[in-house]
Amino acid sequence: MAIDGAALRGRLETIGSDGRQAIASATGAAALEDVRIRFLGRGGLLGEALGSLRDVEPSERPETGRVANRVKRELEAALEDRLAALRTGEDTAERADLTLPGRRQWAGGLHPVTQVIDEICAIFREIGFTVATGPEVETDWHNFTALNIPLDHPAADMHDTFYLDEGLLLRTHTSPVQARVMLEHSPPIRILAPGLVFRRDPWDASHAPAFEQIEGLAVDEGIDFIEFRAAIDFFVHRFFGPATRTRFRPSYFPFTEPSAEVDVTCFLCDGFGCPTCKQTGWVEIMGSGMVNPAVFEAVGVDPERYTGYAFGMGPARIAMLRWRIPDIRLLYEGDVGFLAQFA
Amino acid sequence: MEIGVGWLKDLVPGLEGTPRELADRLSLRAIPVDRVVPVGEGLGGILVARVLEAGPHPDADRLTLCRVDAGGAEPVDVVCGAPNVETRAFYPYIPPGATLPGGMRIESRRIRGRMSHGMLCSEKELGLGRDAAGILRLDGEFRPGEPFAARLGLPDARLELDLTPNRIDLACHVGVAREFVRDGSGALSLPTFEAEVPAPRWAEDRRSAGGDGLTISIDDPERCSRYLGALIRGVRVGPSPAWLQARLRSVGARPINNVVDATNYVLLELNQPLHAFDLAKIGGGSVRVRAARDGEVLRTLDGVERRLGPQATVIADADSPIALAGVMGGEESEVGAETTDVLLECAAFDPRHTRHTARGTGLATDASYRFERGIDERGLEVALDRCIRLIVATAGGESDPTRIRVGRPAPRRRVVGVRPGRVRQVLGLRLSADQVTSLLAPLGFEPAPREAGDAEGGEASRPLPLLVPGWRGDVSTEADLLEEIARTYGYEAFPDESRRFRPGTVPTSRDAGRAARTRTMLAALGLFEARSVAFASEERTGPGRVALLRPLSAAEGFLRTDLVPGLLDRLAHNWSRGRRDVRLFEIGTVFGRRAEGASDGEPPVAEERRIAFLLTGAARPAHWSGPVPDVDLWDCRGVAEEICERLLDGAVLRPAEEEPTPRESDDALSFGTASWLSAAAFRLEAAGSNGDSGALIGVAGLVRADALDIPPWAGPVFAGELRLAAVAARRPAAPFRPLPQFPPVTRDLAVVVSAEVPSDGVRAAIRDAAPGELRSLSLFDVFEGESLAEGTRSLAWRLEFRAPDRTLTDDEVDAGVERIVRRLKEEFDARIRAS
Repeated sequence: MAIDGAALRGRLETIGSDGRQAIASATGAAALEDVRIRFLGRGGLLGEALGSLRDVEPSERPETGRVANRVKRELEAALEDRLAALRTGEDTAERADLTLPGRRQWAGGLHPVTQVIDEICAIFREIGFTVATGPEVETDWHNFTALNIPLDHPAADMHDTFYLDEGLLLRTHTSPVQARVMLEHSPPIRILAPGLVFRRDPWDASHAPAFEQIEGLAVDEGIDFIEFRAAIDFFVHRFFGPATRTRFRPSYFPFTEPSAEVDVTCFLCDGFGCPTCKQTGWVEIMGSGMVNPAVFEAVGVDPERYTGYAFGMGPARIAMLRWRIPDIRLLYEGDVGFLAQFA
Repeated sequence: MEIGVGWLKDLVPGLEGTPRELADRLSLRAIPVDRVVPVGEGLGGILVARVLEAGPHPDADRLTLCRVDAGGAEPVDVVCGAPNVETRAFYPYIPPGATLPGGMRIESRRIRGRMSHGMLCSEKELGLGRDAAGILRLDGEFRPGEPFAARLGLPDARLELDLTPNRIDLACHVGVAREFVRDGSGALSLPTFEAEVPAPRWAEDRRSAGGDGLTISIDDPERCSRYLGALIRGVRVGPSPAWLQARLRSVGARPINNVVDATNYVLLELNQPLHAFDLAKIGGGSVRVRAARDGEVLRTLDGVERRLGPQATVIADADSPIALAGVMGGEESEVGAETTDVLLECAAFDPRHTRHTARGTGLATDASYRFERGIDERGLEVALDRCIRLIVATAGGESDPTRIRVGRPAPRRRVVGVRPGRVRQVLGLRLSADQVTSLLAPLGFEPAPREAGDAEGGEASRPLPLLVPGWRGDVSTEADLLEEIARTYGYEAFPDESRRFRPGTVPTSRDAGRAARTRTMLAALGLFEARSVAFASEERTGPGRVALLRPLSAAEGFLRTDLVPGLLDRLAHNWSRGRRDVRLFEIGTVFGRRAEGASDGEPPVAEERRIAFLLTGAARPAHWSGPVPDVDLWDCRGVAEEICERLLDGAVLRPAEEEPTPRESDDALSFGTASWLSAAAFRLEAAGSNGDSGALIGVAGLVRADALDIPPWAGPVFAGELRLAAVAARRPAAPFRPLPQFPPVTRDLAVVVSAEVPSDGVRAAIRDAAPGELRSLSLFDVFEGESLAEGTRSLAWRLEFRAPDRTLTDDEVDAGVERIVRRLKEEFDARIRAS
């Protein structure tokens, strides 16, 4: 049965336009391959249509054949264009609103105080320090007596203490770790002891009944005040920046002598004076000094042979200064909106 | 402690520098200065005026109408709001057109119908004190119209010292002045007082001495080592002269009367607390230092009646206590307007007993502060004499030449040695004995004669003996002298040199390594680290809870026994801020009381480091491509699995159904207190031997809905807690497994078993029956219902087989799968679904 040439040509044109549309709307290389098979593949729509060409009136055949070839070329070209666009990514770029936000995972992160502690430990590790820990519940011997603080002395007033039992307390500083390390190990000792300490201070913007401290202790033959100052300077330059200056001021801690408070040039105003440094240009960052021989004697280290230095810092206070956190309570609230700022 | 800069400059003539500069010098050499407070700034426009007439304002009850001589040609009219205006007295006066320190400009104006040309000022208006009630009467002779500020030594400033407990000698002006003398700023010079005082004759003895109708005794020498008394008769008690009032005001002290002000002046000048008694009020001519008797009552100067016990030390007359020794005088024997004869006390009370007296009464005074820290026992005579002179100079009267002295003699100065070799060892400075001596001499340290035995050894190891001045009770060891040398040398003057050092040999604590690994991993899983304090309420803690003896509040009355309840509080805080998606972890310590008798030499309170985590809200941040589910039990178990695999080195998770609240009875720190945990929970157990379950190291799961107040918009909450000690301190170094050279063969196996069979059991059976070539086994689908028989479910597993040395054939793999299927049929009566 003869087929009407015009009808077949109409059908070919329809296949062509359907195919172009299918190519245009196909997403991805796999879908495009499906389109190719459906239209141009063996037994595809175009092949099927061409199969009926021989049933067309011979006079109509050349004309119909030309249409069939044109449709085929057009589809192949369209297909090739899309494939090329897919390969270079232009395809996606043209189709998607690339300003749409991406798919994310929840971010997590370390507490700002942890970050400060880690940084301090990393710096001191470079000059031979290791990290030690000690219990938070301490005896008054470790917390006071071994550190040359008599229990019935005004010096003990500096620590308003949480007692649990007679002679048992929550440590008021990380310094008892000094005593524990020296009782257990022989010099050379270079340790840092980060941890929580407890004071009977009610909560307010600058006080918390528990907060972090980091203790440092170096004990060996030949350690003098000059080495102590050099070690602190090394730390300050690493932590606060090479342009930061340090200032050592006399102070009093029963477990060090000579004792010193260490100030650094205010890192918010570069020493010009601002509310953070109370217009002095200096910010106090640690208490420190040469280990008092009385401490060595209490823990059985020969004070004639060994000397050393010790220091203590408040990482929470440093975090507050660094990130200009106005209220210490923010550090312990666990507000994810706060914590996310340091991730 | 407050130190007046004007006062200081009077003591050290030639001392130069602004208050700020002096504060910095003091900070770098001796003691921190907290603040520099200006005193009497902006008073340039204030004059001294004399009130010629004062009378009531005709149209206002509370106002006074004054005519004052302000040095001008004519007297001026001033309306004054204060009730205490006296004629002939001098007052600070601000003329029209001048400004007050606060910046307020004063003009002539009409007040209730009368013109007021300027105003008479109060302490507060001038920024000199807190008293706003009355205008400031100036005692002494003035010339009307003379500038007010210059006459009162203003503007001045005071330094607020942050005294350390060792440097009590810096709690007075002479003490601070010495630090500047040492600095090379001239010599110390005490101002002299114009007074006729006869040379003293001492009536003295160890326990009791007296003269002229008064006997002083020390009952207990432990409580008071020395007690000096002097009598001044015929004093006229009244206001102190202007200079003295100004001195006291410059350091924030309040003038009271000439006698009391004199004792306060000497206290602030020399550090010696003194007390003046009204001699007429001392009964029986007897003054005793003794322990208070149980139940004895004393009304102190502050008007409070205090019931005493024997831990308190008192000064008593023949009948009853008249003062709390070293703390505060009694109201009864207080010096007042009618007083004529005064007993002046200058004593050395024992630090510990003063502390007990002060603590027992809840008082802390300028006197107790100094006695508790130790005063200069050698300085009593000088201080007493100075106070007598000042009283006679300002209040008149006659000093009785007989002065009474009870107790031991003034102690000799302590001798402390310092070895030049030790200076070098500790400070790194090479200083000769002469250099050390000259560094310390301006502070009052003098070389002591060397004793014969000291001659041995070289110069460096021979101690240089130094006499310690009486006011430096804190210097008793060589280390104390090293500190004096270091700060006198100047901390900033030490050379910048680097030293060789040996690294420390103390191994890094395992807990530090564990905590670091844990933090890194949990942060990578999208959790934020929280730090909360270790306190909790009774309800938030478990049975072994440890109470604080003096907690800050009931809500913080105990030490936490678990971390999760604290995290739930952090969650509540986040919810209160409307935050729904909360993912937190914490590493912290929990505490528990050891069972009675169970503590073999161990402290009675045990502590343990724990890890806790908490998840709630959306599983991922919201995204436009589709809805995001909330976290569920499998997210929680996923975190627990990550912890088990990556931190715990082979620990396993088991359903906690059989034991919803797992408990270890023999341990102070169990998870038995995990009252927050619901039945949908897992136990983390250490890998046990031979398939036995190992020790419990943690729990995780759904938080009970009644453990917290969940807002309606919040999602379910999941949490977990485990022992930090279970975490391997470092990643175990398992040997490397070679990467595969040959392709894998994959088979999917859908196993239909009774819904009662746990997936873990099927997994174990597959692993057990499989050939060694089974390299990976994962559950990819769980399905029940529809085509499956009631009470059964399908578990679909993907099995990957691979051999290290060849490509596996289908036949080999099929044989393996066959064995697995047979085993599953035998063990679980399983049916295999066609895949």
